[in-house]
Amino acid sequence: MSAVFKTDETFRDDFKYSNSPRAIRRFPLPFVEDKYMYSVNIEPHVPGPKDSITEFQFDVDEHYIGECRDREIVLKEDPLRYQALPHMMSAQWDVLELLMNHMSKDYPEQFSLSKQGNRWSWHNKLLNIKNEFTFGDPSTLPREPLDYITRQAQGDFVVMDQRDGDFYIEAGMVTTPADWSMDFDMGMSFKEWHGPVPLAHELNVFDRALKFLLNLRINEPVRRLNWTMTVNPRLDTSPEFYPRWGSDRASVTADNVADKAHIRVELQGLWRLPRSNAMLFGIRCYLISIRELATIPKWARRTHRTLRDLHPALVDYKGLTRYRDHVVNWLAPLDDGSPTTSGNAPE
Amino acid sequence: MSHSHTFAVTVTAITQVTPLIKHFVLKAADGAQMPSFSGGSHVVVVMKGATRVYRNPYSLLSSPNDLSAYEIAVRRADQSRGGSVFMHDHVTVGMTLQIAHPVNLFQLDKLALKHVLFAGGVGITAIAAQLEDLKMGAVPYELHYSVRAPDHAAFADRLLARHGDRVRIYHDSAEHRIDIEGLVAAQPLGTHVYVCGPTPMIGRVLASARAAGWAESHIHWEQFSAPPVGDPFDVFLKKSNVKVSVLPDQSLLEAIEDAGVDAPYLCRGGVCGECKCRVLEVDGVLVHNDHYLSPEEKASGTLIMPCVSRAHGKNLVLDL
Ligand code: HEM
Ligand code: FES
Repeated sequence: MSAVFKTDETFRDDFKYSNSPRAIRRFPLPFVEDKYMYSVNIEPHVPGPKDSITEFQFDVDEHYIGECRDREIVLKEDPLRYQALPHMMSAQWDVLELLMNHMSKDYPEQFSLSKQGNRWSWHNKLLNIKNEFTFGDPSTLPREPLDYITRQAQGDFVVMDQRDGDFYIEAGMVTTPADWSMDFDMGMSFKEWHGPVPLAHELNVFDRALKFLLNLRINEPVRRLNWTMTVNPRLDTSPEFYPRWGSDRASVTADNVADKAHIRVELQGLWRLPRSNAMLFGIRCYLISIRELATIPKWARRTHRTLRDLHPALVDYKGLTRYRDHVVNWLAPLDDGSPTTSGNAPE
Repeated sequence: MSHSHTFAVTVTAITQVTPLIKHFVLKAADGAQMPSFSGGSHVVVVMKGATRVYRNPYSLLSSPNDLSAYEIAVRRADQSRGGSVFMHDHVTVGMTLQIAHPVNLFQLDKLALKHVLFAGGVGITAIAAQLEDLKMGAVPYELHYSVRAPDHAAFADRLLARHGDRVRIYHDSAEHRIDIEGLVAAQPLGTHVYVCGPTPMIGRVLASARAAGWAESHIHWEQFSAPPVGDPFDVFLKKSNVKVSVLPDQSLLEAIEDAGVDAPYLCRGGVCGECKCRVLEVDGVLVHNDHYLSPEEKASGTLIMPCVSRAHGKNLVLDL
């Protein structure tokens, strides 16, 4: 069963957003056991089961149209959410090729691509976008290649150049960050941009992850899950617009918590880009309200235990301090203490 | 390093370019375009010999802008692990080989204001494709290429035709040696230097650049890291009660899996920690290739990461 694309979702103001039963079932709960701590949770990005979010390299789901629309709104107000340094042009084409190839192959009814040598023709039927262009010649596209294609894809994208045994953020489209700023992180190295993360440095998570990624090969992408929580289904929780959403945390009460508090999971993929030898980091975001999540009994029990016992440094870093207790209290009656099976599948 | 990451190529042409060097053209066996790559990349070629499998890395010397085929050049090295001899003596036109996707450990620096490249002998193979990338860009570059005249003239002519006066050829036997020290010292600030060739040449380039006060980040040389092929060894899995033989080109994890034992893993690259396994007995040494265990844990000899690490010796017993 493929997705039914919603046409009127919003991620701000009136927040018209919900998950269908299909979307709930395929939600990537990031807790594989009843507790959570940082680890180098990297695995090969190989195809998952049919209908799962990892069936394809780039998941396109029922929220596609609303998410692309929200990105346009952000970019209009804050154009610096898209940036690319001049030496990243070959990486830009790499990303465009990767996305177009996979999207057209995996979702042929929504996207089509035909090539005659360097003459490419792209048709996005969901957004009604059609272009013919010369691959490798930026003047034949209405925008820079990375800008053009990531406006038509769900999730944020960061492109890093590899130099001197490190990665540097030097291009990207980031309109849905969990409280970090690409504009601030531009030019930073792997450990510099991870500077604010607590505990993980001491656990050597970043040393090991960096060594592994430096050797990542073409055609052997990897993925990991990361998570945080967001009040309201808001995609743009950026430091740039903190005044707009920071105070939302104080609006959570015992009565509204199940609908206001959302678990936000990022399916993060890493691809070595072939022509530029740069690295693409994709951050595909999934939002689910506590009420939706609790429709799966195992997830309610597990999330209750995980949030209740979460390390204080993580509670603080993820910005949960003000409303975690409400979430835990709401979930508590749904946790009868019975064991949960390992892994994140619904049961 | 799993075999599933290779793809089949057909050898479509072989040329003897010098008495010791053969040039091979490889095309995708299924007729598709070859995967894109960047200048400086190499591929690992998998060769099935009569008694063992060879996996040797070779630089891609064809243009990254022409993906109809890959080209590699192989220098015959009689004392090597045997792969080059196999390529010279047993590989014929029409034969199918397996290769892994390209990896680039010798990348051009995209922020350089100028690129100066030095190559000696077959070392040109690592640099030829970089020149193609540079030709497409706007940053100045120059190559200084030392050959043993007139053997390597074939490569030299091709480079001169493509890059004109950006290439200078030096004939070793004609006492026409490169003034590496002088050339390096005369470069403008922001230049990056690249070298691939005989060890003494690499040494001279590194020493000249360091003596001239260059930052390490501006000095690049080709460093081949062959996949961790090792000696064969046997392992006994105590809980499963099976004995497994690990072949040279196979990881311990792959051998365990081939024996039908379900071992945990995630990254298969020695970082995630998932495959960590207790060593119950070892008669010999553990060869730790992972980035996960601490130096103390490695020294203790009681833990191993089977996805990348191996053993040397007679007896290894694992808690699996
Ligand atoms: C190479 C591409 C990557 C990029 C561009 C990236 C980027 C980021 C950024 C911008 C943050 C937020 C830091 C802040 O608070 O300002 C972050 C957090 C984090 N990153 Fe990465 N990251 C990458 C790869 C990884 C990998 C491979 C790991 C593997 C362990 C990792 C682990 C983490 C963790 C644990 C956090 C804290 C998340 C939280 O608790 O919400 N990152 N990353
Ligand atoms: S599988 Fe990750 S360290 Fe071995």
